[in-house]
Amino acid sequence: MLRYLLNKIALLIPTLVGITICAFAFVRLLPGDPILAMAGEHGVAPARYEELKEKFGYNLPIWQQYARYVGEVATGDFGVSISSKRPVLEEFKTLFPATLELSFFAMVFAMVIGIPAGIFAAVKRGSWFDQSLMGTALVGYSMPIFWWGLLLIIFFSGYLGWTPVSGRIGLQFFFKPITGFMTIDSLLYGKWDAFRSALSHLVLPAIVLGTIPLAVIARQTRSAMLEVLGEDYVRTARAKGLSAARVVGVHALRNALIPVVTTIGLQVGTLLAGAILTETIFAWPGIGKWMVDSIFKRDYVVVQSGLLLIALIVMAVNLIVDVLYAVINPRIRAA
Amino acid sequence: MKKTMTFAAALLAASVLSGMASAKTLVYCSEASPANFDPGTTTGGNDFDASSRTVYSRLVEFKHGGTEIEPGLADKWEISDDGLVYTFHLHPGVKFQTTDYFKPTRDLNADDVVFSFDRQFNKQNPWNGDKYLPNLTWDYYTGMDMPKYVAKWEKVDDLTVKLTLTEPNAPMLANLGMDFASIVSKEYADQLEKDGKMADFSTKPIGTGPFQFVDYQLDSVIRYAANPDYFKGKEKIDDLVFAITPDATARIQKVLAGECDIAPYPNPADIATIKANNDVTLMDQAGLNIGYMSYNTTIPPLDKPEVRHALNQAIDREALIKSLFQDAGATPAENLIPPTMWSWDKDVKSDAYNPDEAKKVLEAAGLKEIQLWASDRVRPYNPNFQRAAELIQADWAKVGVKAEIVNYEWTKYREEGKKKDRPGAFQIGWTGDNGDPDNFFATLFACSAIGVSNYSSWCDKDFEDLIQKAKKTSDQAERTKLYEQAQVIFAKQAPAFLLAHSQVYAVVRKNVSGFMMDPLGIHRFDGVDKAE
Repeated sequence: MLRYLLNKIALLIPTLVGITICAFAFVRLLPGDPILAMAGEHGVAPARYEELKEKFGYNLPIWQQYARYVGEVATGDFGVSISSKRPVLEEFKTLFPATLELSFFAMVFAMVIGIPAGIFAAVKRGSWFDQSLMGTALVGYSMPIFWWGLLLIIFFSGYLGWTPVSGRIGLQFFFKPITGFMTIDSLLYGKWDAFRSALSHLVLPAIVLGTIPLAVIARQTRSAMLEVLGEDYVRTARAKGLSAARVVGVHALRNALIPVVTTIGLQVGTLLAGAILTETIFAWPGIGKWMVDSIFKRDYVVVQSGLLLIALIVMAVNLIVDVLYAVINPRIRAA
Repeated sequence: MKKTMTFAAALLAASVLSGMASAKTLVYCSEASPANFDPGTTTGGNDFDASSRTVYSRLVEFKHGGTEIEPGLADKWEISDDGLVYTFHLHPGVKFQTTDYFKPTRDLNADDVVFSFDRQFNKQNPWNGDKYLPNLTWDYYTGMDMPKYVAKWEKVDDLTVKLTLTEPNAPMLANLGMDFASIVSKEYADQLEKDGKMADFSTKPIGTGPFQFVDYQLDSVIRYAANPDYFKGKEKIDDLVFAITPDATARIQKVLAGECDIAPYPNPADIATIKANNDVTLMDQAGLNIGYMSYNTTIPPLDKPEVRHALNQAIDREALIKSLFQDAGATPAENLIPPTMWSWDKDVKSDAYNPDEAKKVLEAAGLKEIQLWASDRVRPYNPNFQRAAELIQADWAKVGVKAEIVNYEWTKYREEGKKKDRPGAFQIGWTGDNGDPDNFFATLFACSAIGVSNYSSWCDKDFEDLIQKAKKTSDQAERTKLYEQAQVIFAKQAPAFLLAHSQVYAVVRKNVSGFMMDPLGIHRFDGVDKAE
């Protein structure tokens, strides 16, 4: 097991190097430079432009800039935002809980609906339910998040008035963050109405962000379940006279869930990518919105360090999934 | 015991709730997060709304809803006859805000004023550089040419400050009403420096303005409370909240749902919906901006004014404006400056649509092909460069000129566009900073702006003489005459095609009173009230 784990960790190192190169290169491949982006229509006099270039270190050869960047990152220095002048890591730490909270609820939404729906579709294979579910899942998978989010806002918040339009919590609630998770903090302060408000603010963005993972999980559960239902031990269980619920719910489900766990782990990347759009629409103060703002401002430092931090998290989650998978399924460890 | 505790908690909650009900809270759905709260270091309109216009005051202020200068922290001022020395007399007894992070021990005095400017240019000032915040550039201070014009700031006595210039510069007074010229507390700065917490100066602001800072949840909510010691009297609103909502559609839904009271910048497509709603008012004002298209006046045949006039005449401007701005509307531009600005010359008109005449001139000049530049960014003065380019291309095709559309991403676009030898016609625009005509004429078409923001590479001696003279004259009536003459020359020389001055919008709930649209594009909440 330890060897398996070390092996997995060793594999992360080239990935990490690759990510620093990508993060560094991509922002520089964007047309336009940060000094002009900051200047706006005012423009910058040539002498001042050179002065600023030197100040920010953009006059150095590109490989020197890269070396400097890697050197800083390796010592845990993720730099200071060009626009806000705050340390990137500090901003990231402040904003990340919001993204994590939203992602968590999106995932809960996706699993609570996706897994039972997938099981049911597998059991009733070929039925109208199965077919319409798979059709809907395809639509969900292909849904443009931006359009879907605005549609829900206009209908549920604008027309019906059931949910708040955007934000994390009602503006009348105001407390210093403890954990940074609104739902937890409101409970820690013992404010029930704040907790309800936080939940109601989560509904729409969680649905929007959870839609793609929901579709993926439903489809994955269905196919895994179908495969398992054809196995000999399931037939044996049935032959023993066990109830259908027990066969599906206990014998089949346990094994069917193994590939689903991997799928869920892999959805973390999707969630963080989806968070960029979802957070922008719902004014959700997380790292997705932060990245978008920084790209528009050509804030190189935030973009490259933010990308790196996000990549680190996705890698960590994937590592955990790999380990969990090995725990659930011992055959993997040997392979 | 437990019961008593519960009862006490309920009582506490009830008293908090009732306290909340009586406090008047105004919620503003702002369009973006502020970079920080030190207006000397930032450049965005959203930064200024959140700092300079709420927390701070300046020596002089712009009249609410206008561009005229009125007294601020300075009750009155004198300008010496040679236009070089400005003496400001401060309002006595102005208090800096008292918060849980700073308790002032003295009133505002001349030291604060001198410090507010000194920190922006004096490299010896510890607040000028990295010791305060990394990579500080003081963009507005340098952008408004303050280092060139300011010789020194001096304290005469506690309530008198003297500013000496290197040469006469009439727009200086308007500059001092701008956001970067906000007056900060030297006492607070000294305290933070002593405590080794200098960065707090940009995150926990202290000023003399109508509202004081309470809290900022990054990228989410900013909270302010009315400043009880505000020298112009406490505001009617008790609490001011900025709910940061970047998406325009979500912003409008929020104001319609009553989640906020005021929201700026609706999408043009939503304007009809907003107008039909009975709970909100759509406020608008001609913005202090201009959308235009610069011809490179140094490259033949565009060096001939008649060719530039002909290109202008070939464009059906009315149809173009209608197609670009749709329901939002815009005022066709007759002059470089908008009609709301002083010195606007009503007798000057830009070229009328006349394709037949245009065709003759262009054929004679032999102009067959031209580059027409467009970018991807939505700007207040032009919501769609690409669409504008396509329509102009079609109009020019009708007079026998084939336009090739050149596209670049926004920052690269300006980088390429400002080059002296850039060919063809370049779409661009401008939003004014301080309401002074100099900020349009000199910034955009002075000879010294070639290669920076004079996209026409146009240097006309007569025009230049007039605007430079106007810059050095302090008498406004005299300046008006000079700018009127400059406008006549501009219209005759036509270094650019003038498109329009766009409308600026805000959506305001009906129970809000006293909110005014501002030609400078800022959002102010002093004087605003809300009926329950």
